[in-house]
Amino acid sequence: MPAGCIVVGGGILGASIAWGLARQGVDTTVLDEGDNALRATRGNFGLVWVQNKGISMPQYAAWSRDAAALWPQLSGHLLQETGIDVSLQQPGGFYFSFSDEDVEARRASMQAIADKVPGGYPFEMLDRQELRQRLPQIGPEVAGASFTPMDGHVNPLKLYRALDEAGRKLGVRTVRETKVSAISFKDGIFELASSQGPLRSHKIVLAAGLGNRDLATQVGLHAPVVPTRGQVIVTERMRPFLPYPTNKLRQTDEGSVQIGDSVEDVGFDEGTTTEVLQFMARRAVRTFPLLRDVNIVRAWGALRVMTPDGFPIYEESASCPGAFVATCHSGVTLAALHALRVAPWMAGGPPPGGIEVFNSARLAAPARAAMYVN
Amino acid sequence: MTLTSRFTVISDTAPALVPVTFEGRPLDVPAGTSVAAALLSAGVEQFRTTPVSGASRAPFCMMGVCFDCLVEIDGVPNRQSCMVPVRPAMVIRIQRGARTLEGGS
Repeated sequence: MPAGCIVVGGGILGASIAWGLARQGVDTTVLDEGDNALRATRGNFGLVWVQNKGISMPQYAAWSRDAAALWPQLSGHLLQETGIDVSLQQPGGFYFSFSDEDVEARRASMQAIADKVPGGYPFEMLDRQELRQRLPQIGPEVAGASFTPMDGHVNPLKLYRALDEAGRKLGVRTVRETKVSAISFKDGIFELASSQGPLRSHKIVLAAGLGNRDLATQVGLHAPVVPTRGQVIVTERMRPFLPYPTNKLRQTDEGSVQIGDSVEDVGFDEGTTTEVLQFMARRAVRTFPLLRDVNIVRAWGALRVMTPDGFPIYEESASCPGAFVATCHSGVTLAALHALRVAPWMAGGPPPGGIEVFNSARLAAPARAAMYVN
Repeated sequence: MTLTSRFTVISDTAPALVPVTFEGRPLDVPAGTSVAAALLSAGVEQFRTTPVSGASRAPFCMMGVCFDCLVEIDGVPNRQSCMVPVRPAMVIRIQRGARTLEGGS
Protein backbone atom coordinates (compact mmCIF):
# COMPACT_ATOMS: atom_id res chain seq x y z
CA MET A 1 0.00 0.00 0.00
CA PRO A 2 1.39 3.47 -0.81
CA ALA A 3 2.50 5.57 2.13
CA GLY A 4 0.62 8.76 2.93
CA CYS A 5 3.61 10.96 2.38
CA ILE A 6 7.26 10.35 1.65
CA VAL A 7 9.67 13.11 2.63
CA VAL A 8 12.85 12.88 0.57
CA GLY A 9 15.67 14.14 2.77
CA GLY A 10 16.22 13.61 6.47
CA GLY A 11 18.17 16.72 7.43
CA ILE A 12 16.81 19.38 9.76
CA LEU A 13 14.44 20.63 7.04
CA GLY A 14 13.06 17.17 6.22
CA ALA A 15 12.82 16.20 9.88
CA SER A 16 10.95 19.44 10.70
CA ILE A 17 8.42 18.86 7.95
CA ALA A 18 8.03 15.14 8.68
CA TRP A 19 7.26 15.79 12.35
CA GLY A 20 4.88 18.59 11.32
CA LEU A 21 3.07 16.24 8.92
CA ALA A 22 2.79 13.53 11.57
CA ARG A 23 1.27 16.09 13.96
CA GLN A 24 -1.48 16.51 11.34
CA GLY A 25 -2.08 12.76 11.32
CA VAL A 26 -0.30 12.10 8.02
CA ASP A 27 1.32 8.69 7.67
CA THR A 28 4.89 9.82 6.97
CA THR A 29 8.09 8.13 5.82
CA VAL A 30 11.44 9.93 5.60
CA LEU A 31 14.09 8.71 3.19
CA ASP A 32 17.54 9.77 4.28
CA GLU A 33 20.51 9.30 2.01
CA GLY A 34 22.86 8.71 4.91
CA ASP A 35 25.99 10.22 6.35
CA ASN A 36 27.76 10.28 3.00
CA ALA A 37 25.19 12.74 1.69
CA LEU A 38 26.05 16.38 1.09
CA ARG A 39 24.22 17.36 4.23
CA ALA A 40 23.61 21.08 4.59
CA THR A 41 22.57 20.26 8.16
CA ARG A 42 26.22 19.54 8.88
CA GLY A 43 27.06 23.14 7.98
CA ASN A 44 24.46 24.80 10.18
CA PHE A 45 25.51 27.47 12.63
CA GLY A 46 22.76 27.05 15.23
CA LEU A 47 21.50 30.59 14.80
CA VAL A 48 17.85 31.59 14.94
CA TRP A 49 18.73 34.71 13.04
CA VAL A 50 16.68 37.57 11.62
CA GLN A 51 18.82 40.65 11.23
CA ASN A 52 19.79 41.88 7.81
CA LYS A 53 18.04 39.08 5.95
CA GLY A 54 15.74 39.99 3.08
CA ILE A 55 17.07 43.38 2.06
CA SER A 56 15.83 42.78 -1.50
CA MET A 57 12.73 40.81 -0.42
CA PRO A 58 10.92 42.28 2.59
CA GLN A 59 8.62 39.25 2.66
CA TYR A 60 11.65 37.13 3.53
CA ALA A 61 12.62 39.51 6.32
CA ALA A 62 9.09 39.10 7.70
CA TRP A 63 9.17 35.32 7.16
CA SER A 64 12.43 35.05 9.15
CA ARG A 65 11.13 37.35 11.89
CA ASP A 66 7.89 35.37 12.19
CA ALA A 67 9.83 32.10 12.30
CA ALA A 68 11.94 33.41 15.20
CA ALA A 69 8.80 34.56 17.00
CA LEU A 70 7.28 31.08 16.61
CA TRP A 71 10.43 29.32 17.86
CA PRO A 72 9.45 29.25 21.56
CA GLN A 73 6.38 27.22 20.56
CA LEU A 74 8.56 24.77 18.65
CA SER A 75 11.01 24.29 21.52
CA GLY A 76 8.08 23.98 23.95
CA HIS A 77 6.47 21.23 21.88
CA LEU A 78 9.76 19.39 21.52
CA LEU A 79 10.44 19.55 25.25
CA GLN A 80 6.96 18.32 26.06
CA GLU A 81 6.98 15.51 23.52
CA THR A 82 10.56 14.27 23.89
CA GLY A 83 11.94 15.66 27.14
CA ILE A 84 14.79 17.22 25.13
CA ASP A 85 15.57 20.85 25.86
CA VAL A 86 17.05 22.22 22.65
CA SER A 87 18.52 25.19 24.58
CA LEU A 88 16.75 27.94 22.70
CA GLN A 89 18.01 31.36 23.79
CA GLN A 90 16.73 34.53 22.17
CA PRO A 91 18.49 37.41 23.96
CA GLY A 92 19.00 39.35 20.73
CA GLY A 93 22.09 39.23 18.53
CA PHE A 94 25.01 41.41 17.46
CA TYR A 95 26.64 42.02 14.11
CA PHE A 96 30.09 43.60 14.50
CA SER A 97 31.71 46.12 12.17
CA PHE A 98 35.43 46.76 12.00
CA SER A 99 35.25 50.20 10.37
CA ASP A 100 33.11 53.31 10.68
CA GLU A 101 32.19 52.92 7.00
CA ASP A 102 30.86 49.45 7.67
CA VAL A 103 28.84 50.71 10.65
CA GLU A 104 27.21 53.31 8.39
CA ALA A 105 26.56 50.78 5.62
CA ARG A 106 25.01 48.49 8.18
CA ARG A 107 22.82 51.25 9.55
CA ALA A 108 21.58 52.01 6.04
CA SER A 109 20.75 48.42 5.19
CA MET A 110 19.02 47.74 8.52
CA GLN A 111 16.99 50.94 8.11
CA ALA A 112 16.09 49.99 4.54
CA ILE A 113 14.69 46.67 5.74
CA ALA A 114 12.87 48.21 8.70
CA ASP A 115 11.24 50.77 6.36
CA LYS A 116 9.90 48.04 4.10
CA VAL A 117 8.81 45.37 6.57
CA PRO A 118 5.34 45.80 8.02
CA GLY A 119 4.69 44.80 11.59
CA GLY A 120 7.84 46.08 13.25
CA TYR A 121 11.54 45.44 12.80
CA PRO A 122 13.33 46.70 15.89
CA PHE A 123 17.07 47.34 15.75
CA GLU A 124 19.73 49.51 17.33
CA MET A 125 23.08 50.76 16.09
CA LEU A 126 25.78 50.89 18.77
CA ASP A 127 28.99 52.87 18.63
CA ARG A 128 32.23 51.73 20.25
CA GLN A 129 31.34 53.03 23.68
CA GLU A 130 27.78 51.77 23.73
CA LEU A 131 28.94 48.38 22.53
CA ARG A 132 31.62 48.16 25.21
CA GLN A 133 29.00 48.81 27.87
CA ARG A 134 26.97 45.83 26.65
CA LEU A 135 29.93 43.57 25.89
CA PRO A 136 32.92 44.59 28.04
CA GLN A 137 35.14 41.91 26.45
CA ILE A 138 34.87 43.30 22.93
CA GLY A 139 38.18 44.03 21.19
CA PRO A 140 39.44 47.56 20.47
CA GLU A 141 39.30 47.02 16.70
CA VAL A 142 35.53 46.60 16.68
CA ALA A 143 34.06 49.91 15.52
CA GLY A 144 30.44 49.28 16.33
CA ALA A 145 27.56 46.89 15.96
CA SER A 146 23.98 46.44 14.99
CA PHE A 147 21.72 44.69 17.47
CA THR A 148 18.24 43.32 17.16
CA PRO A 149 16.25 41.74 19.97
CA MET A 150 14.83 39.25 17.45
CA ASP A 151 17.94 37.07 17.14
CA GLY A 152 18.84 33.97 19.08
CA HIS A 153 20.41 30.55 18.88
CA VAL A 154 19.78 26.93 19.70
CA ASN A 155 21.75 23.71 20.13
CA PRO A 156 21.40 22.22 16.64
CA LEU A 157 22.52 18.74 17.70
CA LYS A 158 19.78 18.58 20.30
CA LEU A 159 17.31 20.07 17.81
CA TYR A 160 18.04 17.41 15.21
CA ARG A 161 17.72 14.65 17.78
CA ALA A 162 14.51 16.09 19.22
CA LEU A 163 12.89 16.40 15.79
CA ASP A 164 13.82 12.81 14.99
CA GLU A 165 12.50 11.52 18.28
CA ALA A 166 9.32 13.61 18.21
CA GLY A 167 8.60 12.32 14.71
CA ARG A 168 9.23 8.72 15.70
CA LYS A 169 6.84 9.03 18.64
CA LEU A 170 4.11 10.08 16.20
CA GLY A 171 4.84 7.19 13.84
CA VAL A 172 7.30 8.75 11.38
CA ARG A 173 9.45 6.03 9.82
CA THR A 174 12.92 7.18 8.85
CA VAL A 175 14.70 4.89 6.42
CA ARG A 176 18.44 5.54 6.41
CA GLU A 177 20.95 4.87 3.65
CA THR A 178 18.26 5.40 1.03
CA LYS A 179 19.02 7.56 -1.97
CA VAL A 180 16.21 8.44 -4.35
CA SER A 181 17.31 8.41 -7.98
CA ALA A 182 14.06 8.96 -9.91
CA ILE A 183 10.40 9.80 -9.30
CA SER A 184 7.40 9.11 -11.51
CA PHE A 185 3.74 10.02 -11.09
CA LYS A 186 0.78 8.03 -12.38
CA ASP A 187 -2.90 7.90 -11.38
CA GLY A 188 -2.29 9.99 -8.29
CA ILE A 189 0.53 7.78 -6.97
CA PHE A 190 4.21 8.68 -6.81
CA GLU A 191 6.74 5.94 -7.38
CA LEU A 192 10.27 6.61 -6.15
CA ALA A 193 13.19 4.57 -7.46
CA SER A 194 15.51 4.21 -4.52
CA SER A 195 18.49 2.21 -3.38
CA GLN A 196 15.93 0.18 -1.34
CA GLY A 197 13.84 -0.55 -4.44
CA PRO A 198 10.63 1.20 -5.57
CA LEU A 199 8.60 3.04 -2.92
CA ARG A 200 5.11 4.47 -3.43
CA SER A 201 3.12 7.25 -1.82
CA HIS A 202 0.20 9.62 -2.33
CA LYS A 203 2.29 12.67 -1.55
CA ILE A 204 5.94 13.57 -1.65
CA VAL A 205 7.91 16.42 -0.13
CA LEU A 206 11.30 17.12 -1.66
CA ALA A 207 13.54 18.27 1.18
CA ALA A 208 16.68 16.83 -0.33
CA GLY A 209 18.83 19.96 -0.24
CA LEU A 210 21.13 20.02 -3.26
CA GLY A 211 19.41 16.83 -4.47
CA ASN A 212 16.23 18.83 -5.04
CA ARG A 213 17.65 20.30 -8.22
CA ASP A 214 17.33 17.07 -10.22
CA LEU A 215 14.38 15.54 -8.37
CA ALA A 216 12.17 18.64 -8.72
CA THR A 217 12.21 18.62 -12.51
CA GLN A 218 10.86 15.04 -12.52
CA VAL A 219 7.61 16.14 -10.88
CA GLY A 220 7.08 19.49 -12.60
CA LEU A 221 8.85 21.61 -10.01
CA HIS A 222 11.80 23.99 -10.26
CA ALA A 223 14.54 24.21 -7.63
CA PRO A 224 17.73 25.45 -9.32
CA VAL A 225 19.85 25.26 -6.16
CA VAL A 226 23.63 25.44 -6.08
CA PRO A 227 26.14 24.70 -3.31
CA THR A 228 27.97 27.31 -1.31
CA ARG A 229 30.62 26.13 1.09
CA GLY A 230 30.78 27.21 4.67
CA GLN A 231 33.71 26.38 6.93
CA VAL A 232 33.14 26.00 10.64
CA ILE A 233 35.50 26.00 13.64
CA VAL A 234 34.65 24.69 17.09
CA THR A 235 36.81 25.42 20.13
CA GLU A 236 37.29 23.69 23.42
CA ARG A 237 34.63 24.33 26.03
CA MET A 238 35.03 27.29 28.35
CA ARG A 239 33.09 29.00 31.07
CA PRO A 240 30.33 31.28 29.76
CA PHE A 241 31.67 34.67 28.59
CA LEU A 242 29.36 35.63 25.73
CA PRO A 243 25.65 35.78 26.57
CA TYR A 244 24.56 36.73 23.02
CA PRO A 245 24.82 35.08 19.61
CA THR A 246 26.64 37.07 16.94
CA ASN A 247 26.72 36.60 13.21
CA LYS A 248 30.28 35.30 13.14
CA LEU A 249 30.68 33.44 16.39
CA ARG A 250 28.63 32.22 19.30
CA GLN A 251 29.22 30.39 22.54
CA THR A 252 27.08 27.29 22.68
CA ASP A 253 24.97 26.23 25.65
CA GLU A 254 27.68 23.70 26.55
CA GLY A 255 30.58 26.16 26.41
CA SER A 256 32.28 25.69 23.02
CA VAL A 257 32.67 28.64 20.71
CA GLN A 258 31.50 28.05 17.16
CA ILE A 259 33.17 30.30 14.59
CA GLY A 260 31.85 30.59 11.07
CA ASP A 261 30.30 32.78 8.44
CA SER A 262 32.51 31.92 5.49
CA VAL A 263 30.85 31.71 2.08
CA GLU A 264 32.67 30.22 -0.90
CA ASP A 265 31.68 29.08 -4.35
CA VAL A 266 33.82 25.97 -4.85
CA GLY A 267 31.43 23.53 -6.50
CA PHE A 268 30.97 20.29 -4.58
CA ASP A 269 34.22 20.47 -2.58
CA GLU A 270 33.41 19.93 1.12
CA GLY A 271 36.96 20.45 2.34
CA THR A 272 38.59 23.07 4.50
CA THR A 273 41.36 25.51 3.66
CA THR A 274 43.98 26.89 6.02
CA GLU A 275 43.52 30.34 4.50
CA VAL A 276 39.82 30.59 5.34
CA LEU A 277 40.12 28.93 8.75
CA GLN A 278 42.97 31.30 9.64
CA PHE A 279 40.93 34.32 8.53
CA MET A 280 37.96 33.21 10.61
CA ALA A 281 40.07 32.47 13.68
CA ARG A 282 41.88 35.82 13.43
CA ARG A 283 38.63 37.68 13.07
CA ALA A 284 37.26 35.89 16.14
CA VAL A 285 40.33 36.97 18.15
CA ARG A 286 40.05 40.56 16.86
CA THR A 287 36.44 40.52 18.03
CA PHE A 288 37.15 38.95 21.42
CA PRO A 289 40.90 39.09 22.22
CA LEU A 290 40.41 36.85 25.26
CA LEU A 291 40.00 33.95 22.79
CA ARG A 292 43.64 34.24 21.70
CA ASP A 293 44.97 31.19 23.56
CA VAL A 294 41.88 29.04 23.20
CA ASN A 295 42.30 25.64 21.53
CA ILE A 296 40.43 24.62 18.42
CA VAL A 297 39.13 21.07 18.62
CA ARG A 298 37.45 20.65 15.24
CA ALA A 299 37.06 22.36 11.87
CA TRP A 300 35.10 21.21 8.87
CA GLY A 301 33.49 22.32 5.65
CA ALA A 302 29.94 21.74 4.49
CA LEU A 303 27.89 22.60 1.45
CA ARG A 304 24.89 24.80 2.07
CA VAL A 305 21.97 25.15 -0.28
CA MET A 306 21.52 28.36 -2.25
CA THR A 307 18.76 29.37 -4.64
CA PRO A 308 19.61 31.94 -7.34
CA ASP A 309 18.30 34.83 -5.20
CA GLY A 310 19.05 33.26 -1.81
CA PHE A 311 15.43 32.94 -0.71
CA PRO A 312 13.44 29.74 -0.06
CA ILE A 313 11.24 27.87 -2.49
CA TYR A 314 8.02 26.27 -1.23
CA GLU A 315 5.69 25.07 -3.94
CA GLU A 316 3.21 22.39 -4.89
CA SER A 317 3.51 20.99 -8.39
CA ALA A 318 0.75 22.01 -10.80
CA SER A 319 1.33 19.01 -13.08
CA CYS A 320 1.84 16.43 -10.29
CA PRO A 321 -0.48 17.53 -7.45
CA GLY A 322 0.69 16.20 -4.12
CA ALA A 323 4.36 16.84 -4.91
CA PHE A 324 5.88 19.64 -2.87
CA VAL A 325 9.32 21.13 -2.82
CA ALA A 326 10.89 22.87 0.15
CA THR A 327 14.34 24.31 -0.12
CA CYS A 328 16.04 27.02 1.90
CA HIS A 329 19.30 28.29 3.30
CA SER A 330 18.20 28.65 6.93
CA GLY A 331 16.76 25.36 8.09
CA VAL A 332 17.34 26.13 11.77
CA THR A 333 15.91 29.67 11.84
CA LEU A 334 12.90 28.59 9.80
CA ALA A 335 12.34 25.24 11.55
CA ALA A 336 9.39 26.52 13.58
CA LEU A 337 7.58 27.75 10.47
CA HIS A 338 8.39 24.57 8.58
CA ALA A 339 7.05 22.28 11.29
CA LEU A 340 4.10 24.35 12.52
CA ARG A 341 2.92 26.26 9.42
CA VAL A 342 4.37 24.81 6.19
CA ALA A 343 3.82 21.12 7.03
CA PRO A 344 0.08 21.64 7.86
CA TRP A 345 -0.31 23.23 4.41
CA MET A 346 1.42 20.24 2.79
CA ALA A 347 -0.90 17.99 4.81
CA GLY A 348 -3.86 19.60 3.06
CA GLY A 349 -4.54 22.75 5.04
CA PRO A 350 -4.58 26.33 3.79
CA PRO A 351 -1.26 27.90 2.80
CA PRO A 352 0.33 29.93 5.59
CA GLY A 353 0.15 33.69 5.14
CA GLY A 354 3.09 35.11 3.22
CA ILE A 355 4.24 31.84 1.63
CA GLU A 356 2.90 32.63 -1.85
CA VAL A 357 5.90 34.81 -2.79
CA PHE A 358 8.27 31.89 -2.30
CA ASN A 359 7.21 29.92 -5.36
CA SER A 360 9.70 29.39 -8.16
CA ALA A 361 7.91 31.67 -10.66
CA ARG A 362 10.08 34.54 -9.43
CA LEU A 363 13.16 32.68 -10.64
CA ALA A 364 11.93 32.66 -14.22
CA ALA A 365 12.86 36.36 -14.32
CA PRO A 366 16.38 37.19 -15.60
CA ALA A 367 18.92 35.92 -13.13
CA ARG A 368 19.54 38.32 -10.31
CA ALA A 369 22.70 38.49 -8.30
CA ALA A 370 22.53 36.63 -5.01
CA MET A 371 21.18 39.16 -2.54
CA TYR A 372 21.51 37.06 0.53
CA VAL A 373 23.61 39.01 2.97
CA ASN A 374 24.37 37.96 6.48
CA MET B 1 54.38 9.21 47.25
CA THR B 2 53.14 6.17 45.36
CA LEU B 3 49.60 5.10 44.51
CA THR B 4 48.52 1.65 43.42
CA SER B 5 48.30 1.59 39.63
CA ARG B 6 46.35 -0.71 37.33
CA PHE B 7 49.23 -0.32 34.88
CA THR B 8 52.68 -1.84 34.80
CA VAL B 9 55.66 -0.29 33.07
CA ILE B 10 57.10 -2.98 30.80
CA SER B 11 60.86 -2.56 30.85
CA ASP B 12 63.99 -4.64 31.40
CA THR B 13 65.39 -2.00 33.66
CA ALA B 14 63.62 0.05 36.27
CA PRO B 15 62.49 3.32 34.60
CA ALA B 16 64.08 6.55 35.65
CA LEU B 17 61.68 8.64 37.71
CA VAL B 18 60.96 12.36 37.57
CA PRO B 19 59.26 14.37 40.30
CA VAL B 20 56.01 16.19 39.50
CA THR B 21 53.08 17.34 41.58
CA PHE B 22 49.52 16.28 40.97
CA GLU B 23 46.82 18.18 42.84
CA GLY B 24 49.57 19.50 45.08
CA ARG B 25 50.89 16.05 46.02
CA PRO B 26 54.47 15.15 45.09
CA LEU B 27 54.57 12.16 42.77
CA ASP B 28 57.50 10.29 41.19
CA VAL B 29 56.56 9.19 37.69
CA PRO B 30 58.40 7.37 34.88
CA ALA B 31 60.49 9.66 32.70
CA GLY B 32 60.47 9.65 28.90
CA THR B 33 56.76 9.21 28.42
CA SER B 34 53.62 11.30 28.11
CA VAL B 35 52.03 13.02 31.07
CA ALA B 36 49.01 10.73 30.64
CA ALA B 37 51.07 7.52 30.70
CA ALA B 38 53.13 8.85 33.61
CA LEU B 39 50.07 9.67 35.69
CA LEU B 40 48.36 6.37 34.88
CA SER B 41 51.42 4.39 35.87
CA ALA B 42 51.51 6.35 39.12
CA GLY B 43 47.92 5.31 39.85
CA VAL B 44 46.07 8.52 38.98
CA GLU B 45 42.54 7.70 37.81
CA GLN B 46 40.72 11.02 37.69
CA PHE B 47 42.15 13.42 35.12
CA ARG B 48 39.22 15.75 34.56
CA THR B 49 35.54 16.33 35.21
CA THR B 50 33.27 17.04 32.24
CA PRO B 51 31.92 20.54 31.64
CA VAL B 52 28.34 19.34 31.10
CA SER B 53 27.60 16.68 33.73
CA GLY B 54 30.65 16.93 35.99
CA ALA B 55 31.42 13.22 35.58
CA SER B 56 35.01 12.03 36.13
CA ARG B 57 37.12 11.05 33.14
CA ALA B 58 40.46 9.37 32.46
CA PRO B 59 42.45 8.85 29.23
CA PHE B 60 40.68 6.77 26.63
CA CYS B 61 42.47 6.91 23.28
CA MET B 62 46.02 7.88 24.33
CA MET B 63 46.57 9.30 20.84
CA GLY B 64 45.26 12.85 20.87
CA VAL B 65 41.73 12.30 19.69
CA CYS B 66 39.30 11.85 22.58
CA PHE B 67 40.14 14.82 24.81
CA ASP B 68 39.29 12.76 27.89
CA CYS B 69 42.82 13.12 29.33
CA LEU B 70 42.65 16.90 29.76
CA VAL B 71 44.56 18.30 32.73
CA GLU B 72 45.94 21.67 33.75
CA ILE B 73 49.74 21.78 33.38
CA ASP B 74 51.77 24.65 34.85
CA GLY B 75 48.67 26.83 34.92
CA VAL B 76 47.62 26.16 31.30
CA PRO B 77 44.14 24.63 31.17
CA ASN B 78 42.84 21.83 28.93
CA ARG B 79 46.19 20.28 27.98
CA GLN B 80 45.89 16.91 26.26
CA SER B 81 48.10 14.98 28.66
CA CYS B 82 48.63 12.11 26.22
CA MET B 83 50.31 14.55 23.81
CA VAL B 84 52.62 16.29 26.28
CA PRO B 85 55.98 14.75 27.32
CA VAL B 86 56.38 14.66 31.07
CA ARG B 87 59.07 16.95 32.51
CA PRO B 88 60.54 17.24 35.97
CA ALA B 89 58.74 19.67 38.32
CA MET B 90 55.54 19.91 36.27
CA VAL B 91 52.63 21.22 38.31
CA ILE B 92 49.63 19.19 37.19
CA ARG B 93 46.05 19.62 38.27
CA ILE B 94 42.73 18.00 37.50
CA GLN B 95 40.88 19.90 34.77
CA ARG B 96 37.64 20.69 36.55
CA GLY B 97 34.87 21.34 34.03
CA ALA B 98 35.24 23.99 31.37
CA ARG B 99 38.32 26.19 31.36
CA THR B 100 38.16 29.84 32.32
CA LEU B 101 39.34 32.71 30.14
CA GLU B 102 41.76 35.38 31.24
CA GLY B 103 39.69 38.54 31.38
CA GLY B 104 36.53 36.45 31.27
CA SER B 105 34.39 35.12 34.06
